[in-house]
Amino acid sequence: MKHTNEMEIRFDSRSANEGFARVAVASFLTQLNPTVEEVADVKTAVSEAVTNAIIHGYENEVHKVYIRCRIEENIFTVEIRDKGKGIENVEEAMQPMYTTRPDQDRSGMGFSFMEAFMDSLEVESEPGKGTRVKMKKTIGKGREIWTTQSL
Amino acid sequence: MKYQVQENCLTVYLPREVDHHNAEEIRREADAVIDRNHIKYVIFDFERTDFMDSSGIGVIMGRYKTVSLIGGEVWAVHASERIKKILILSGVTKIMQIYEEDAV
Repeated sequence: MKHTNEMEIRFDSRSANEGFARVAVASFLTQLNPTVEEVADVKTAVSEAVTNAIIHGYENEVHKVYIRCRIEENIFTVEIRDKGKGIENVEEAMQPMYTTRPDQDRSGMGFSFMEAFMDSLEVESEPGKGTRVKMKKTIGKGREIWTTQSL
Repeated sequence: MKYQVQENCLTVYLPREVDHHNAEEIRREADAVIDRNHIKYVIFDFERTDFMDSSGIGVIMGRYKTVSLIGGEVWAVHASERIKKILILSGVTKIMQIYEEDAV
């Protein structure tokens, strides 16, 4: 049987919880024995998605943000979901430098960072219903080979 | 926000984590100092920073927009390998120099 494990958290869309979300996900990830780099990659990607939910999904109103993490062998999946206003045009929103909030110093790099630091990124959104960001990353690529050889 | 002003140069000592939550305060306070002291050069000191996301990039870009109007510059110092990776990936290095200690 495959090794699997799951966790879910739900928290208020307050900016103070961005740090909590990163740390919670990173600490669940540790069971895969990730490198420092892999942990940093996942933390950055989670931070981007949670920030999007708070700023754009809920437009700074306080509602719930949902995170679900799943481990299947060495594949780590994280889903960040909000029930906010949704994205009209996902393709456009995912363009590097695209932002609806240049006045607030948003760089428009959120989705680019998620893509760069994770292996895959899927965004589902429906205006008025909310947004779901699903990201995957294989942890410890190529490390098994090294371990077996050295032993 | 911890900072230091020397003539027309502002050094911002960034916190351990630069995310959307912390960026708000840095942005607000840095703008007030820039305005009050006629700042032309902004140095972001990453000595203590081990985490930054795209919100930090927004802070840098925003300050660059302000000081570049009067021919100013923005710099990064004490950037770790991780922070450098984030800066380079974002493309912000096109407008900001990374100061390398060993290069001097």
